[in-house]
Amino acid sequence: MTLFGKLTWSAIPFNQPIPLIAAAIVMVVILGVLVWVTVKGWVPYLWKEWITSVDHKHIGIMYCLLGLVMLMRGFIDAVMMRSQQALAFHSEGYLPPEHYDQIFSAHGTIMILFAAMPLIIGLMNFVVPLQLGVRDVAFPTLNSVSFWLTATGALLVNVSLVVGEFSRVGWLPFPPLSELRYSPGVGVDYYLWAVQISGIGTLLTGINFVTTILKTRAPGMTYLRMPMFCWTALAACLLIIAAFPVLTATLAMLTLDRYLGFHFFTNEAGGNAMMFMNLIWAWGHPEVYILILPSFGIFSEVISTFSAKPLFGYRSMVIATLFICLVSFCVWLHHFFTMGAGGDVNAVFGIATSIIAVGTGVKMYNWLFTMYGGRIRFATPMLWSLGFMVTFITGGMTGVLLGVPPADFLLHNSMFLVAHFHHVIMAGVIFAVMAGITYWFPKAFGFRLDEGWGQAAFWFAFVGFYVTFVPLYILGFLGMTRRLQHYDVPEWTPWLLLSALGTFILLCGAVCQIVQLAVSIRRRDALRDVTGDPWDGRSLEWATPSPPPTFNFAHLPHVENLEAYWNVKQRAREELRLDRAAPYEDLEMPRNSPTGFVCAFFATIIGFALIWHIWWLMILGLIGAYATFVVFAWRDVPEYVISAEEVARIDSANRAVRQEALLGGQPS
Amino acid sequence: MAPWRGIADHCRLTTAIVFGALAVPEPGFADSILAPAGPVGAGDRIILLDATFIMLAIVIPTILATLAVAWWYRASNTRAAYRPDWTFSGRIELIVWSIPTLVIFFLGGVTWIGSHRLDPFQPLSSAKPLEIEVVALDWKWLFIYPQQNVASINKLVVPVGTPLHFRLTSASVFNVFFIPRLGSEIYAMNGMTSQLNLQADKPGNYFGLSAHFSGDGFSNMHFSTIAVPQAQFAQWIAQARGQGSVLDNAAYRILLRQSVTAPYTYRGVQRGLFDAVAMQKLPPGEGPSADSGAPRPIPGVGQ
Repeated sequence: MTLFGKLTWSAIPFNQPIPLIAAAIVMVVILGVLVWVTVKGWVPYLWKEWITSVDHKHIGIMYCLLGLVMLMRGFIDAVMMRSQQALAFHSEGYLPPEHYDQIFSAHGTIMILFAAMPLIIGLMNFVVPLQLGVRDVAFPTLNSVSFWLTATGALLVNVSLVVGEFSRVGWLPFPPLSELRYSPGVGVDYYLWAVQISGIGTLLTGINFVTTILKTRAPGMTYLRMPMFCWTALAACLLIIAAFPVLTATLAMLTLDRYLGFHFFTNEAGGNAMMFMNLIWAWGHPEVYILILPSFGIFSEVISTFSAKPLFGYRSMVIATLFICLVSFCVWLHHFFTMGAGGDVNAVFGIATSIIAVGTGVKMYNWLFTMYGGRIRFATPMLWSLGFMVTFITGGMTGVLLGVPPADFLLHNSMFLVAHFHHVIMAGVIFAVMAGITYWFPKAFGFRLDEGWGQAAFWFAFVGFYVTFVPLYILGFLGMTRRLQHYDVPEWTPWLLLSALGTFILLCGAVCQIVQLAVSIRRRDALRDVTGDPWDGRSLEWATPSPPPTFNFAHLPHVENLEAYWNVKQRAREELRLDRAAPYEDLEMPRNSPTGFVCAFFATIIGFALIWHIWWLMILGLIGAYATFVVFAWRDVPEYVISAEEVARIDSANRAVRQEALLGGQPS
Repeated sequence: MAPWRGIADHCRLTTAIVFGALAVPEPGFADSILAPAGPVGAGDRIILLDATFIMLAIVIPTILATLAVAWWYRASNTRAAYRPDWTFSGRIELIVWSIPTLVIFFLGGVTWIGSHRLDPFQPLSSAKPLEIEVVALDWKWLFIYPQQNVASINKLVVPVGTPLHFRLTSASVFNVFFIPRLGSEIYAMNGMTSQLNLQADKPGNYFGLSAHFSGDGFSNMHFSTIAVPQAQFAQWIAQARGQGSVLDNAAYRILLRQSVTAPYTYRGVQRGLFDAVAMQKLPPGEGPSADSGAPRPIPGVGQ
C-alpha cells in the first residue's frame, strides 16, 4: 500500500487531449477568477457576505449560481453527445467509448443532481421564507451546510475530469456493471461519493424547509393561505425526506460491495442486482417529482401574477399537488416493465402511472382558467410559462404512453424515452427555472433582466427544444436505443443530424441568456426596480424592498387571506393610506458561520481520500469534520442584534417608496 | 440515401402517424416498430396507437384552448372582459377532475387488458414453439438451439410463421434483448431466466440489439435476425451442424472474455449449458482484465 492509495500520475489523462484541454481551461478560468477577486480586494466581502452567510437569500443565490454553472457544464456534455452521434454512422466518431460513456454518465448526473436540484432548491431558499413572511429558515446554519455539501459533490464530479475518470455506467449505477468486477476504475467511486455527500446536503434541506413551512409562518398565514409555491416546496421537501434516505442506503450498499467485498448486488454469492433497480427507482421516481412540483409552483405564481388574477381553483391545486406527491411513490416499477414481472404487476403499476396524469391535468386546466378573464402581460416569465403549458402536455402524454406496459415493451430505453424525459424536464423544470429566475431576479438584485434578450433566449430554447427532441422521438420509433457510441443503421442519420442542429439552436438560447445577464448588469440603472414590486405581485416577497434587507420584514406581516400582499395594496388604495407602522424593535438575527464551508472542505477531503483509498487522509478529514461540529455546537453567541433605529430607517425608506407607488405620494 | 431524402420519407410517416393512417407501412421506414413483422409487435403497436389517440383527443383541444385563451385575454385586447375575482367554480372543478379521470379510466382498461394479453411470458398459440436459449455476453449474443443442438453468435435465424419461445439469461451484466420489428423487449439478467414469445410472419432480415447499456462495447452488441421459410431454416441448421467447433465448457470460457465479434456458429452445444449459466454453475463474465483506472480500448474493435 502506498502513501497515496490508488492515486498515481497515470490518473491524469496526459495522453487524451479533450479532457486535458477542458480541464486546463476550467483551471485557468478558476485561477483567473481567484486572482481577480484577490487583486480587487473582494475576498473579505465574499467571505463575510457570501461564503459564511447563513442568510437564506444569499444561500439561495449561491445555489442558483452553482446550478447555472453546472447547467452549462452539462450542456457542453450534451453538445458533445449529440455531435458524436451525428458523426458516428459507420464510424467511431471523435469520442471513443470510454470517453463517450463518461460523458453521458456525467451529463445525467450533473443535470439532475447538480444543475436542476440546486436551481430548484436555490429558488426555494430565496423565495419560501419571503413568501411565508418570516426572517429566515428554521435552521440557518444547517442551510449553509446543505449548500456547501452540494457544492462539494459538484466539485468532486469536476475533479474527476482531471484526476482519474468519471463513472462510465450511466447516471444511475446499475449493478452488476457498476460492481468492482466490471467497473474496476475510480469512476463509479467518484459518482458514489459525490452523490452521497450532496445527497446528505439535500436531505438536510428537506428537513429544514419542512420545519420552516410547518412551524414558522407569519401570523395569520394558515396552510390554506400559503402561496402555491410554498405548497409545492412543502410537497417536494416531504418527498426529499422520504426518498433521499433510500438513495443513501442503496448507494451505501453498492459502496460496501465495492469497498468491503459485500454481495448485495453482485453476480456472485447470492447478490441480487434486480433489488438495486427497485431501490434506486424508489428514490428515482419521486426525485423527478421533487424537481417538477416546485416547478409547477413557479408557474402558478407567474401565471397568476401576469394574468393579474388570483390562481384559479387554489384548493384544487393543493389537492392535486399532494395527490401527485403521494402517488409518485407508487409507480417506480414502470422503469422496468420489461423485466417481465407479469401481467398483474405491470398493469397495476401502469395504471398508477397514468393516475399521476390526473393531478397534472387538473393543474393544467386550472392554469388555463387562471388566464381566462385575466389581463395577460407577455413578459419573459409568462412566455416561459406558456411555452411550458403547450409543450409539457405532450411530454406528459408520451410519459403515459411509456407507462402502458405493451407500449413500453417497444419503447423501453429507446431514444423515445430520452426524448420523453428531456421533454418533461427541460420544458418543465428548466423552463420553470428560467421563468423563476427572470421573475425573482429584480427582488434579489434590485434590477430587472433585459426583456429583449430574455425573449430571444426563450424563442431559441422553445424552437431548439422541438428541433432537438422531436427527432429523438422518431428515432425511438425507428428502434434506436439510448447510449449508442456508434451505429450502422442509415435511416437514423438524418434525424441525428437534425437533432444536432437543434442542439445548436439551444446553444444560441444559452448565449442569449448569458448576454442578457451581461446587458442587464450594464444597464442596471435603467432597469432599476425602485418599488420592490416590479410585476404588480400578489404574495409577500413583493412587500419587501429589492433587494430585501437581511431581516426581510421589519414587522412580521399579519396575513388575512390568500393573497397577502395584494390585499395590503388593495386596502391601501381604498383607504388612501398605508397601514400604520407599529413601533420598531431590536431584531435578533443569526450570526454568520463558516461551519458550512469548513464542513464542505473536510467533506471534499474525505470524499477524495475514499475515492483513491488514501486512508490516512480520510481519517484526518473525519477528525477535522468532527472538530468543526464541536466548535459549532459549543459556540457562545449564535445571534447578533440589529438596532430598532436601523430597522426603522430601512423600513421607512421602503414605506416611502410604497406610498409613492401606490398612492402617488399623498401623505398618509 | 441522401439525408434529405430520408427526412422527406420520415416526414411522410410522421404525417401518417398524426392522421392514424398506419395500416400500410411506408417504404423507407422498414425498421420501424410501427411496421411490425409479427403478431407480438402488431399487438404492442395497436396498444401504442390506441393509447396515443385516446390521449390526443384531449391533448390537442387543450393546447389549442391554452393558446386561444392566452391570446384573447392579452392585456392589450380591450374587448376581452377582465374578471379579476373569478377564482373558483365548483362546476368547472368537477369537469376539470373528471376529464382526466375518465381518460385514465379508459386508458386503464387498455393497460389492464394489454398487459395481460401481451405478457412476454405468455405462449402465442398452442402450436409447438421453436425453443431458443439466449445468453447475453460481453459484448455479443449467444443463441442456443437446444432442439437442434447448434449455437450461433450474433446471428439469429428463425423459421417464418413458427412461434418462438426464448429463454434468456446473462453471463455478466444486464442487457435487454430487442428485435424492434418483432415486438416486446425483455431483460437478460445474470442468475435469472426470463422468457419471451415472439413470431416472425414475414421473411426478412430484422435488426436486433441490446437495449440496456452494458459497458464500453455496448454499441457493437447488435445482431441480425433472419426469418426464413421452414425449408431454408432446416438447411441453415444442417449447414451449421457441418462446420465450426463445439460449444463446450472450454469454448464458453473464451466467450466470457470481453470482446466483440462477427457472427459465427457452433456445430454442437454441451448439454445443459444454458441452465448451467442461468443457475450460476459457471463463472460470470470476466470483466476488464486490468485494474488501471485509465480508459481501456475495447478488445476486438477494428479487427
